[in-house]
Amino acid sequence: MFKNYSWDWGVFLQPVSTGEPTNYLGWLLAGLYNTVVLALSASLIAFAVGVVMGVLRTTPNRWLAALGTTYVGIFRNIPVIVQLFAWYFVLPELLPDNVGTWFKQLPASTQMMTSAVLCLGLYMGARVCELIRSGIETLPKGQRSAALALGLTLPQAYRYVLLPVAFRVAIPPLTSEMINVFKNSAVASTIGLLELSAQAQQLVDYTAHPYESFAVATAVYILINVIVVLIMRQVEVSVRLPGYIGGK
Amino acid sequence: MTAIDLLSDITNSLPALAAGMVTSLKITAIAVVFGIVWGAILAVMRLSSFKPFALFAQGYVMLLRSIPLIMVLLWFFLMVPQLIQNLFGVSPRTDIRLVSAMVAFSLFEAAYYSEIIRAGIQAVSRGQLSAANALGMPYLMAMRLIVLPQALRATVPALLTQGIVLFQDTSLVYVIGLADFFRSAKNIADRDGNTVEMILFAGSVYLVISLLASAGVQFLQRGGRYVKVG
Repeated sequence: MFKNYSWDWGVFLQPVSTGEPTNYLGWLLAGLYNTVVLALSASLIAFAVGVVMGVLRTTPNRWLAALGTTYVGIFRNIPVIVQLFAWYFVLPELLPDNVGTWFKQLPASTQMMTSAVLCLGLYMGARVCELIRSGIETLPKGQRSAALALGLTLPQAYRYVLLPVAFRVAIPPLTSEMINVFKNSAVASTIGLLELSAQAQQLVDYTAHPYESFAVATAVYILINVIVVLIMRQVEVSVRLPGYIGGK
Repeated sequence: MTAIDLLSDITNSLPALAAGMVTSLKITAIAVVFGIVWGAILAVMRLSSFKPFALFAQGYVMLLRSIPLIMVLLWFFLMVPQLIQNLFGVSPRTDIRLVSAMVAFSLFEAAYYSEIIRAGIQAVSRGQLSAANALGMPYLMAMRLIVLPQALRATVPALLTQGIVLFQDTSLVYVIGLADFFRSAKNIADRDGNTVEMILFAGSVYLVISLLASAGVQFLQRGGRYVKVG
């Protein structure tokens, strides 16, 4: 199917035609930088929100649990692109006038990055919440009772008894979510943030070499995947508990 | 803008929105059906003792699960017109976006479905396969008649849940400019200048549909009666 297609992998080293002092590879690297910044910032928010909501869903207080359930229900049942458009196009309009104006005067790339980080962070937070919750729920009920019977307060029981083990149980699924943050970050291209997949699309317009451009971007995503898996495996090994399967 | 204005805006745009929703549902339906069929084949290949099959299935699943869906959509939107031209010797006349999206989603979701089905197959007791073999069934026949029906039945809730995720993911066809439900809503917003309202409206529609579908899946699960498959 490529009989009329002239391959040229050297295209990445050509200077860009906009006159910027870089080549097309430089554009892809700039995109990769944005992808990494976006994914890492979003995963910090996702983890923080996910832990808080996951804990809330397992507390004995019905209202707090309902708050967590509602959060998950909303953020998991609206497509991420719709959420992103809501953060980027809708929220600034609904904010008080002076805040909205301030936001709209920020550089465009800052606006896009902020919206994308908040969107992905809170979207992924709902998924992390479910992992933390199931991590807590797989612990024997006696753990909580024993902690409380020893005189620990409920927050202390979470802090010293339940969460340390729940975190470790959740590491393998958290690894997949970490990969998902990077994959989902590509959605930010739809509001114009020049992350990796957006740069790949831009290269198609500028170089007319779509296959090379997509191939490199795809390879970079696979590479990110491998790196995340390797790092998380290291984390998993280093925090293993004695007495568990695969433990020290 | 008052609620009445918004309501009349939406009623006026109803045909376009409905057409968009039909497109979203079409992609979902096609991708669920072909995704499950191709996913089941991949799962059987993955568990086969014939190494090249197992390696192919493993590589396929790993590859598609490590690429963003948006990249997959862009790839297929690039390749499908070429393929049609080469296979049938005609330049594509019909709107190629829908076909590209259907192919991309089917092949992409198959990777996820195959993992669900594989877990289902592995949960079927080994004795079932041995008994089928003892009765003289060849491997593929035993898989098709004995193991897969049990595996699929056990995984129906997971397969349906994945279908809800898939329905939400179809909104990403935005990147290839296909007028699904979300893109239609955004087009109307751009035309009428009611972005805030249309995006919130689109979000609510997805929310209601997904929540209802999830409730349906839970109902099936609680009832303990699985949908008959095969």
